[in-house]
Amino acid sequence: MQELTKSLKVSLWFMFLTFPLMVVRVNTIEHTVEWRWMNMVYMAVGSFALSFVWRWALRRKEMAKAAPERPRNAFTERLGSDKRFTVSVYGGLFALFALMPWIVSTYQTNIFISFMLYVILGLGLNIIVGVAGLLFLGHAAFYGIGAYTYALLNHYYGIGFWTALPIGGVVAALAGVVLAFPVLRLRGDYLAIVTLGFGEIVRLVLENWSDLTGGPSGVSNISRPDLFGHHLSVAGANTYVYYIVLVMAIVTIIAVQRLKDSRIGRALQALREDEIACQAMGIDRVNVKLMAFGLGTAWAGFAGVIFAAKTTFINPASFTFFESAIILSIVVLGGMGSNLGVILGSAFLVLMPEYLRAFSEYRMILFAMAMVLMMIFRPQGLIAPKGRKYIINDPDLAATEGGKA
Amino acid sequence: MATVLNVQNLSKNFGGLRALNEVDMRIDSGEIVALIGPNGAGKTTFFNCITSIYTPTEGEVRFTPKSGTESRINGMKPNLVTGLGMSRTFQNIRLFKNMTVLENVMIARHCRTKGGILGALLRTPAIRKEEQEIVDRSYELLKYIGLHRYYNDLACNLPYGEQRRLEIARALATEPSLLLLDEPAAGMNPQETASLKQLVLRIRDELDMAILLIEHDMSMVMSLSERIYVMEYGCMIAHGTPDEISKDPRVIKAYLGEDHA
Amino acid sequence: MDWDYFFELTLGGLTRGSIYAMIALGYTMVYGIIELINFAHGEIYMIGAFTGLLVAGVLGVYGFPALAILVIAAVVAVIYCSAYGYTMEKIAYKPLRNAGRLSPLISAIGMSLFLQNYVILAQTSDFLPFPALIPEFEFLDPIAHIFGSSDFVIVVGSALCMAALTLFIKYTKMGKAMRATAQNRKMAMLLGIDADRIISITFIIGSSLAALGGLLIASHVGQINFMIGFLAGVKAFTAAVLGGIGSIPGAVLGGLFLGLAESFATGYISSDYEDVFAFTLLVVFLIFRPSGIMGKAPVEKV
Ligand SMILES: Nc1ncnc2c1ncn2[C@@H]1O[C@H](COP(=O)(O)OP(=O)(O)OP(=O)(O)O)[C@@H](O)[C@H]1O
Ligand SMILES: [Mg+2]
Repeated sequence: MQELTKSLKVSLWFMFLTFPLMVVRVNTIEHTVEWRWMNMVYMAVGSFALSFVWRWALRRKEMAKAAPERPRNAFTERLGSDKRFTVSVYGGLFALFALMPWIVSTYQTNIFISFMLYVILGLGLNIIVGVAGLLFLGHAAFYGIGAYTYALLNHYYGIGFWTALPIGGVVAALAGVVLAFPVLRLRGDYLAIVTLGFGEIVRLVLENWSDLTGGPSGVSNISRPDLFGHHLSVAGANTYVYYIVLVMAIVTIIAVQRLKDSRIGRALQALREDEIACQAMGIDRVNVKLMAFGLGTAWAGFAGVIFAAKTTFINPASFTFFESAIILSIVVLGGMGSNLGVILGSAFLVLMPEYLRAFSEYRMILFAMAMVLMMIFRPQGLIAPKGRKYIINDPDLAATEGGKA
Repeated sequence: MATVLNVQNLSKNFGGLRALNEVDMRIDSGEIVALIGPNGAGKTTFFNCITSIYTPTEGEVRFTPKSGTESRINGMKPNLVTGLGMSRTFQNIRLFKNMTVLENVMIARHCRTKGGILGALLRTPAIRKEEQEIVDRSYELLKYIGLHRYYNDLACNLPYGEQRRLEIARALATEPSLLLLDEPAAGMNPQETASLKQLVLRIRDELDMAILLIEHDMSMVMSLSERIYVMEYGCMIAHGTPDEISKDPRVIKAYLGEDHA
Repeated sequence: MDWDYFFELTLGGLTRGSIYAMIALGYTMVYGIIELINFAHGEIYMIGAFTGLLVAGVLGVYGFPALAILVIAAVVAVIYCSAYGYTMEKIAYKPLRNAGRLSPLISAIGMSLFLQNYVILAQTSDFLPFPALIPEFEFLDPIAHIFGSSDFVIVVGSALCMAALTLFIKYTKMGKAMRATAQNRKMAMLLGIDADRIISITFIIGSSLAALGGLLIASHVGQINFMIGFLAGVKAFTAAVLGGIGSIPGAVLGGLFLGLAESFATGYISSDYEDVFAFTLLVVFLIFRPSGIMGKAPVEKV
């Protein structure tokens, strides 16, 4: 009963709250008012139901806090460490993706290209945000730097895709390091805002430096990548770009995983956990931060070059803060620090709205909601990053512990 | 005996507060030295200054690693100080909480290894070998400290006393010539304290390093240390063997107040 | 030197600056109490403008006089924005009170995106024309070309609001409780101050000021869309940083400073880079003087 009144109150409150924006619509030119009372009914029912869920979820969170650490799912864990199983899953996935352009339409190939671009962008950002724990809100700017590097080199000097690809990555990485220098000393939230500001400055400069960048209308007629000097048809080039992104995405996944498991990767994680202890353990904070930024933004640069080659037309509107926020939400939802999480996050963002048409209109609002809810109920994301487990064959340990490890 | 640490005239101001006032200290190789004093005396600040976490306001800090020459280290970056061979634990435990016990120790091998970005990407044989060495060496240390059965657990899930021991393991992994322990027995029960005492002695004897120890547990200080420094209000008020210190009127006054002097 | 032009820029800067200051107060008060950059604060301002537009539209259709519309629109916008601010805090920030620094900030970014998309879905993503709500004042006629009646209302209105806020913080019991909570939340709670309530009130006050700012500027500029909150929000945050975040007089000073700086920079240097100036100031200040024009930097204890 008490629960019921609570939910009733919540429902009334939300009816009041959403009344003007959801119910009233005015046309200021024709001076007419449209009243959409049905929206109020939806709102009332929706908030009534959701308030139960909300309270239930909060209670569950409290309970989880009291009794920490549930045993891990032994089955999935065993599957994950079974070599044959993982190899066949990866092999199957690879085959599926390799055949994709021949199975699906050009339109859908494009969607998969954009999915994999987000994977690359997300994995790059994940190094900075997830692994090193630096909240970075300017990723799209480096995506833009990569894209413009290729676009301008191509426009002014006729430089081709394959030359521009490494250049774009290096330029973005350098720009990342240049940004990192002044922000070294900043605390978490200030760092976030500075990177946001920096990202917006880059975009505004691209927008206003019309002589060089073409201003708001951007650069068009960028060359598609050519295959050993052959020019391809539009459809052919599209398929070609698909394979380029596919290979690039795989390279990114492997590279990021290797970095994470390396000496450098551990230093990045240590930086996230405790900056002072990290220094006291002999890690150069400055170096490591610069590396985090450079390693993260380099991938944005690569993705940018590919993006420019795919669309053959770019303008600053593709590289706004909004874009950075989308990439960030991929990382947050997927699981900060987890590569698999980022891939799933991109799939949710790009593929789900395409294939569940009903969702596409609500895509961003659902994502935004998910960001808030994730922070509250599952801050580790869909896929919690797994700390790397090492397997050590120690006969003494096995003898004393009976195989606890 | 060779001097490892030589501090002269070290002072540190926080705004108007003089947390360290012209402090001198000298530690020889292979010694266990204790630094004691009431709460807020400036002991932790002293650690922070000699490890360069804070920059001292004035004074000299000179450090001579086991195999090497003396160098002046004040104002040096903290990671370089660690690289030279001075390593520490923290009073308020600062482990890498969401990493495993083994990884915590592996991170401390950072300054003794070299693998870079390119190596990590290519996984060259040399890098693999280095990685394996890091794992082996770290595990060995865990075994030495007695934490090896937890090696794949997250550091934050260790019991409190074990977390303090892990901090020591982590500090040892940097291969220091001088080990600084900031209240290692705080929050430990008597059994844990006793085994900690054994551990400190073993580290000194078997791993051949000097140890400087901040501790409030007097029985531990008295039984472990060869020399004791006493601090109050940022000043070094006394210094000597445990016997001398326990009879020193200034020390008794500092600890027990005017009446007992 | 062209003095007329100079005065025009100064007055223009004053108008802008007053609005920045109004919004900056919301950032600074929230930061002062829970150390959170309330990223969604700009969206509250945007919702204030939208609510005002809807009220004005409805009343306009029923033929209310302009001044009545202005007053009613302002009241409704304030009520609704307070309600939004209050609800936002309860949903997105309160459950994260003890969750470190980054989680609430990410939650705030999510909230900001959410509110933008909510307005897109509930209303539109296009620009909407906003009726001029502020009547012409005759006594301003001689300078109306550089300082119109809406400028006047903005500058005077925001000055009054800030004066009222200062008195509130200084002299009322609630204001004292707010200052106490800002200094040391734990201690304040031990002394019997209900911190949750203080935090709610902070959000309500900040949101009300943002609502007024949104309404006034929308009427001044003449059009709104769902994006106006982002830019205004970042600029107001810049103002808060310039003045030293957490400090109420600082936010006012920072707002005016930023408004004037922007006005002169666009007037004398180039109007293409209008927004770049604000972002550059933001970046430069956060990097070199994160504690603002006057503040002191804190040291982390080890
Ligand atoms: N970062 C800092 N900023 C300002 N004051 C500080 C800072 N660090 C320490 N202090 C002050 O310096 C004095 C000495 O502190 P310190 O932590 O060195 O004491 P301590 O001897 O380690 O005490 P305890 O036994 O409680 O650990 C204290 O008054 C403390 O408040
Ligand atoms: Mg101390």
